[in-house]
Amino acid sequence: MLKHRKIYYTLSLVLVIASVISLASFGLNFGIDFTGGSIMDIEFRDGRPSHEEVRSALGETDLGEIIIQDIGDAGLILRFKNVEETAHADVSEKLKSLGEFDERGFQSIGPVIGEETKRKSIWAISLVFIMILVYVAWAFRGVSFPLKSWKYGVVALITLFHDVLITVGIFSVVGYFLNIEVGVPFVAALLTILGYSVNDTIVIFDRIRENVLRQGSIFNFADVIDKSVKQTYVRSLNTSLTTLFVLMAIFFFGGFTIKYFVLILIIGVVSGTYSSLFLASPLLFSWSVIKLKNR
Amino acid sequence: MKRFLGVTESFSNFINSGGRFLIFIPKKIIEGIRYFVWPRQSRRRYRTVILAVFLFAFLAANLDYPGYWNNFAGWVNPKLDAIDMPESVRKLDKWYVLKYADDILNVPNFISIPFSQGLDLQGGLHLIYEADLSQVDPGDYGESMNGLRDVIERRVNLFGVREPQVLVQESGGNYRLVVELAGIRDFDKAKEIIGQTPYLEFKELRPVDKQVKILRGFFEKQNIQVETESGDPVDVKTQISDEQLKGYCANISPGIILAVTRSEGEDPCFQSISPQLTGQYLEDASLEFDPNTNVPVVGLNLDDDGAEIFKEVTGRNVGKPLAIYLDGILINYPTVQQEISGGNAQISGFDVEGAKILTRNLNAGALPVPINLISEQFIGASLGEESVKKSLDAAIIGLIAVVLFMIVLYKMSGILGVMALAVYLVLLLAIFKIIPITLTLPGIAGLILSLGMAVDANVLVFERLREEMAGDKDGEPKDFLFVLNRAYSRAWTSIRDGNMSTLITCLILFWFSTSFIKGFALTLGIGVAVSMFSAMIVTKYLMRLVGESRLGKKRGIWVR
Repeated sequence: MLKHRKIYYTLSLVLVIASVISLASFGLNFGIDFTGGSIMDIEFRDGRPSHEEVRSALGETDLGEIIIQDIGDAGLILRFKNVEETAHADVSEKLKSLGEFDERGFQSIGPVIGEETKRKSIWAISLVFIMILVYVAWAFRGVSFPLKSWKYGVVALITLFHDVLITVGIFSVVGYFLNIEVGVPFVAALLTILGYSVNDTIVIFDRIRENVLRQGSIFNFADVIDKSVKQTYVRSLNTSLTTLFVLMAIFFFGGFTIKYFVLILIIGVVSGTYSSLFLASPLLFSWSVIKLKNR
Repeated sequence: MKRFLGVTESFSNFINSGGRFLIFIPKKIIEGIRYFVWPRQSRRRYRTVILAVFLFAFLAANLDYPGYWNNFAGWVNPKLDAIDMPESVRKLDKWYVLKYADDILNVPNFISIPFSQGLDLQGGLHLIYEADLSQVDPGDYGESMNGLRDVIERRVNLFGVREPQVLVQESGGNYRLVVELAGIRDFDKAKEIIGQTPYLEFKELRPVDKQVKILRGFFEKQNIQVETESGDPVDVKTQISDEQLKGYCANISPGIILAVTRSEGEDPCFQSISPQLTGQYLEDASLEFDPNTNVPVVGLNLDDDGAEIFKEVTGRNVGKPLAIYLDGILINYPTVQQEISGGNAQISGFDVEGAKILTRNLNAGALPVPINLISEQFIGASLGEESVKKSLDAAIIGLIAVVLFMIVLYKMSGILGVMALAVYLVLLLAIFKIIPITLTLPGIAGLILSLGMAVDANVLVFERLREEMAGDKDGEPKDFLFVLNRAYSRAWTSIRDGNMSTLITCLILFWFSTSFIKGFALTLGIGVAVSMFSAMIVTKYLMRLVGESRLGKKRGIWVR
């Protein structure tokens, strides 16, 4: 397995670079959770009016840039800047002139809250990274040869970055074409992927640790890693498959509200499984080789 | 084999050595009791634990969905009632013991606790207000926010919403109020009422003729009959006397005052003082203790202008009540004992808690803290319902796939694992109901993820079992239970590390104050804890129990 590690590195590198490029060009479509603004979700009782009609009806109200999107048979989603309650009532009143409708939802989030959510999201993700590094270093404190335990933590962290980057990258493409906004659920999904991926990686590292501890003083690290991966890949695949069953079922048959949440999880689970099998262990090996060469 | 007898052994040692001087208990009796509680003989112990687990699971399942139980009760109870005591027995039953027993002998309905659903599932209004504390002393921020919360809570209670939530939140030096109203429809009005700045006013009694006039106007619209002393029903609308009407303001009832004010647009008993004595004249209120009696009192401190008005008002109202209104609702009506000059007054007649609440309310009105709506979310109910139903159906499809997968791949182990997963699911749902944990869409996602972790723990063990069984093929075959134990102890480190890292993630997420993420972290965290129990105790004990029977000898059926 380690023989082909250059192929895995190349594949991962290509995917990561592609993700970075896609992120740079498409970007993430941050929703009002982060930027502040208003979303109004309405359903007209007898057919929806055209976008032009809506725009001209709302003409005089100061709503900033208005984005109108069709949804379902007779639904519309309107996005505009964060407004006071009076403006919201005004909008409802004006839209009534185009036909009776039911308001299915309205959100208006101030820029302060948006900024705060952004800051807290970054904090949460960084904290998870740090805690995982610390925990792995602590959990593997028993091993010191051929690699120190904190190096296991660093490798776990690299695979996590890899998974998160690829997930975000793919989602930036999907989000760009399907016009999906990134909100707080997205952050929750990323954090879930972190937990899932590190779990996967830890299981393999755990096996490597066990096999290392069982060897005498002289052993071939490459053989140990190969053996460990061989022993654990069935479990990795089976676990991922069972998780994917549930996620796929929800993605295809589930409600609209958590569809994209689940999509991110699916991408993350696939990437997490790949990276723990084909990235984490080869990286451990390469690091040990570099160490030897430098000696 | 590891022995888990540390605690009981040291206990019996204690009893038999030092403890013997206190009470003498023969060792045999202790051993006997211990045998029943925690038998050393493993088979019995496993059976006891498994029985207990399934009993709990059975109760939990009925708590999750009491429908079947209640149907059974509805079916069996009429039959039980139909059983009559024979005449010969009834004669003997002098004290009706059997009769009562017969009456009591019914199957009760199961306790019914609903799932607590989040706003995204049942629809509702989520509002975040930022409090402008610029006029408040930094040391009093906490108390001011609590006062504000009381005020908002009282307003929210007017809507009659089930379990309204008003929370104070501090974030980076900004103080906020988060208001959650589930299932509310008239959200424009709700926001209008909640958003007002607290308004405190002192009022005095109206002239009696005005009181009677307003009250009569109110009762003329009602259709109530009252029994008089002579026993004849009297139509309140026409027959109520002025004397009776006066009684309503002599014995004050805040409820009636509120009802009349709403209907008539005028307060029946109290009127504004002129000039109006509002919260702006009140410097502060504080909780004090009477130095002589040590009874809690509320001290009022008015500014100079306020002291002047207050002196005049108290002077003409000695022996009469002076009402305190917050947001138009009567919160207290102390009786004036004497003319009060100098602007310092005391209100007595509470316990400590009551005095605290009044102090807080007075301060909320004294230093009005304006609030600004900075975020609002309104979720229509239909959207949530539809989405939940679909997602639940989908999750069930996914679950069936997982069950089939486990059984096909891991045969007997898989079947036992699925049983443990079923226990896990019913226990988890019961915990959600009992605590209660508010279910949101992300919460359900967290639940599904923890289910994945539960499956993973089982898969880890089963794969390990397969390896261990393959490993001893060439050597002499080892005992199945030995192999099973080894598989468990070797798989444990990975399960522990994986679950620990997930739990750490949950802790961090829980610190995240957004309710969306909190719900996710909470269900995932509890789910992971229960899943560890399911995989490490329930599956293991089930496998041991079955493995000890003849099935343990048939190696082929355990894994693929």
